[in-house]
Amino acid sequence: MSVRVALHSRSFLERGLLLLVILIFLEGTVLTLGAASSPDISAQDNTGGHDHLDDHRGIAGSHVHPNYTKKAFPVLSLDYHHIQVPFEISLWVLLASLMKLGFHLIPQLSSIVPESCLLIVVGLLVGGLIKLAGEEVPPVLDSNLFFLCLLPPIILDAGYFLPIRPFMENIGTILMFAVVGTLWNAFFVGGLLYAVCQIEGTYLSQVELLPCLLFGSIISAVDPVAVLAVFEEIHINELLHILVFGESLLNDAVTVVLYHLFEEYSGAGEVTPMDVVLGVICFLIVSLGGIAVGAIYGILAAFTSRFTSHTRVIEPLFVFVYSYMAYLSAEMFHLSGIMALIACGAVMRPYVEANISHKSHTTVKYFLKMWSSVSETLIFIFLGVATVAGPHAWNWTFVSVTVILCLVSRVIGVVGLTFIINKFRIVKLTTKDQFIVAYGGLRGAIAFSLGYLLDKNLFPMRTMFLTAIITEIFFTVFVQGMTIKPLVDLLAVKKKQEAKRSINEEIHTQFLDHLLTGIEDICGHYGHHHWKDKLNRFNKKYIKKCLIAGERYKEPQLIAFYHKMEFKQAIELVESGGGVKLPSAVPSQVSMQNIQPKKLPPPVAERALPQFTKGREEEIRKILRSNLQKTRQRLRSYNRHTLVADPFEDGWNDFILKKQRLIELEKKMTEMSNYLTVPGATPDSPTMCRARLASGSDFKAEKGGAKVIPDPNAFYNIKASSDGVPTIQVDLASPQSPDSVNMLNEFSKRGATGQGLGQREGADRDEDQGLMMKPAGKGEKGEEEGGNKNPGLMRCLSDPGPSNEDEEDEPFLP
Amino acid sequence: MGASQSARTEHEFQDLADRTGFSLEQIGNLNKRFRQLSKNEETLSRQDLASISALDNNPLRAQIINAFFDKRNLRQNEAGTVQVIGFEEFLMVMSHFRPAAMHITEEEREKLRREKLRFLFNMHDTDSDGTITLEEYRRAVEELLSKAGTIGQETAKAIADAAMLEVASTTRGKMEPDEFYEGITFENFLQILKTFDIETRMHVRFLNMDTATMRCGK
Repeated sequence: MSVRVALHSRSFLERGLLLLVILIFLEGTVLTLGAASSPDISAQDNTGGHDHLDDHRGIAGSHVHPNYTKKAFPVLSLDYHHIQVPFEISLWVLLASLMKLGFHLIPQLSSIVPESCLLIVVGLLVGGLIKLAGEEVPPVLDSNLFFLCLLPPIILDAGYFLPIRPFMENIGTILMFAVVGTLWNAFFVGGLLYAVCQIEGTYLSQVELLPCLLFGSIISAVDPVAVLAVFEEIHINELLHILVFGESLLNDAVTVVLYHLFEEYSGAGEVTPMDVVLGVICFLIVSLGGIAVGAIYGILAAFTSRFTSHTRVIEPLFVFVYSYMAYLSAEMFHLSGIMALIACGAVMRPYVEANISHKSHTTVKYFLKMWSSVSETLIFIFLGVATVAGPHAWNWTFVSVTVILCLVSRVIGVVGLTFIINKFRIVKLTTKDQFIVAYGGLRGAIAFSLGYLLDKNLFPMRTMFLTAIITEIFFTVFVQGMTIKPLVDLLAVKKKQEAKRSINEEIHTQFLDHLLTGIEDICGHYGHHHWKDKLNRFNKKYIKKCLIAGERYKEPQLIAFYHKMEFKQAIELVESGGGVKLPSAVPSQVSMQNIQPKKLPPPVAERALPQFTKGREEEIRKILRSNLQKTRQRLRSYNRHTLVADPFEDGWNDFILKKQRLIELEKKMTEMSNYLTVPGATPDSPTMCRARLASGSDFKAEKGGAKVIPDPNAFYNIKASSDGVPTIQVDLASPQSPDSVNMLNEFSKRGATGQGLGQREGADRDEDQGLMMKPAGKGEKGEEEGGNKNPGLMRCLSDPGPSNEDEEDEPFLP
Repeated sequence: MGASQSARTEHEFQDLADRTGFSLEQIGNLNKRFRQLSKNEETLSRQDLASISALDNNPLRAQIINAFFDKRNLRQNEAGTVQVIGFEEFLMVMSHFRPAAMHITEEEREKLRREKLRFLFNMHDTDSDGTITLEEYRRAVEELLSKAGTIGQETAKAIADAAMLEVASTTRGKMEPDEFYEGITFENFLQILKTFDIETRMHVRFLNMDTATMRCGK
């Protein structure tokens, strides 16, 4: 049966659409028949099918192939060419991924040798194998492939996750290195190379000045791919990382302009002062134009993401497509594509992140990491393969002079520029810093691809250039890349702080921003804090409003940070199994009780009433919060290859739901309070008040082990109802825990108020011992006491449960 | 100014420069600003600072102004506030915002760090009792979010509480239920902001040259 179906499809696929439709019809009948009937019927059908087949063939044949002759039909045929290209691409990608997988299985290896080196070696081996097999090595690192497919993901990843703050704080230094430094390198290397080539006996006298300068401009640019690959492994401090990495990103414009300039004029031979001026203008256009193109696409992307709330699935796509469009548009005008991508990613990110769902955000993150990681792997492997493949023209003088000059010019450039920059910097660059910046100037595949682009007829020495470029790349990646890590350790260069930002730091970051702005204002000059503050306010007032949907644009950074933290901890809690298995890293168990001032609110009933809603709100918030705070310092450094384990992603939506519900509830409660006139039935004793207000989320309520696992939904609703319906207020003074608060469930159980009072007394006793609102996830004690809060909390956060809140909520709508 | 007077001020400035670490030009610039703010008086009052229009949008306006009149920030070891400050006091407060020198020893760095953090600490510790209590911390965060409208006010408390919990757990470790964490002491404060590079962050650029054009008005 299956053979026949295959047979059908093979014969029909070569024909037109009409036949295809009939085929589907035919197959349908055949299949249903076959499934429903005995073999002989199927055989009968078989012949019938052939009849049909012949008919159609006759028709089709008369139309399409007039001289069609019937021959034995090939049951199985091989058509490799048909799928060759995608198949080989897949093979390469597979190879790259497997290699990456392999390296991480051997930790000893990757701790000594950077991955980039290993990948180049793999590339060399693969290239060697292809050559041994007698095949021609494919031109894998073709410039089109490189610039249009392999490079953009890496740059987008870098731009999207660019640490804006350090980048902007050091923009002057970065620009200095990127523009002046690269220019210096290009002219120094190019000029001296030319001088060396003129020396008798080097057999290089045919090399002219302009090609030398062109070569210099190609070889002088620090490569973002190589820098990323190496710097990510050495965990250098943020300042140095952003200096070297930022330079590698921003020097693209200089390289592009120099490259086109020299390529243009090496034919003409003459460079006039006018050309220099044009070159400068061109540089401005290329860099600023690139940024403008990127920013426009970035804003478009942000604006688009404002309206995607109904089609969440394609949200991530907008990020990628707009960015790629930005890159292509910039390349179309020979603007700096890299700068366009960086600008696009950096501009869109804050707005897009506020707009898209959490899952989409995760998707964006994963995809960017995946693509950039695979691209990078492929680039290094291809570098190896291209080394084997290429025709080489090895010239000892040229190659060694290139390598030496690159090092020398880099060192002079960095030291000289730092000398100037340090006059303006407030935080000076030390000698160690300078060394790392100089030593971290790795060259990479961009240089190779640019060299590969050179026209053979215009540049007869292209092969020699390529050889020298490859040697320089190998030198920097292998020698510098492998030794930089021990050197960083040896020099005790400050490493990246591997702790997650704590909320205190976030508070003080904000605090300091405002404080410094204020001091600048008092000093009476417009410093950069002043302008930053202006920009921030402009952003908040106008741009965010346009680009961010809903109310979120109003959220200040600190609050956003806090919410994020809250959500993460909540979801982490859910994922960790509600604290049954406690992570031992939790530093402590400190409760709200421990920090809460002992003398809290008012013992008087009539004061309790106006405050009632507030206290209640507090309470809910505290219950939530206390369970959400897990003050643990976590390692949360960004790495392109390993996604930070984010156990927070799932369960997010549920939590959002909860959160929204809670907010709604609070709103309702506020509204309700306007109608509340009946005072609480029982006067609150000071202790009770304290119990209620101070430790709203004491969880160890249930005395006697009445294990009522609270349905959190019910919990909230009952809170609401107890707010709304005065009669239930009897219970308000009792310690509010999800367990004990679950009053409706228990009301009947308790029956007499005396029992309730008794319970309250018990709670009071608890309170006297010091109620402990246990931070999230530290459940041992809670479990001991029977009122295991954790499963309940888990359910609270992970499973909204079948109860349909909305219905239950309705009665409370005013 | 007459010649004799300017000689006197020069001498004074030199003295101030030695004590605060500012350069003479910076002191000159700050002095000009001081006179501008104080309307050519010898002393500066709260109203003078409050009248700076650029401060209006600053959520920390009141705290910043208070910091200038806080005795603890005037490098005197006593608590309390003063009503007016002279130029010297003004400079003393400003000197907390001087950037670190290029080559400093580890000890000096630590000292600088403590000084700068002390300034922040004093801003939070409004009653000068050496601890930041929860109430004080809450107020600080509320101020910080005071420009954020209602959302800010609602969340401020929660954020302060969360931050306080964090401090308590990082500094105290496990706490017994009946223990009470009174507030953040300065040592705790140092500890929680250990990774916060205050010495490279808390500074403003003091101009060396006279830049009348760059001045913003009052």
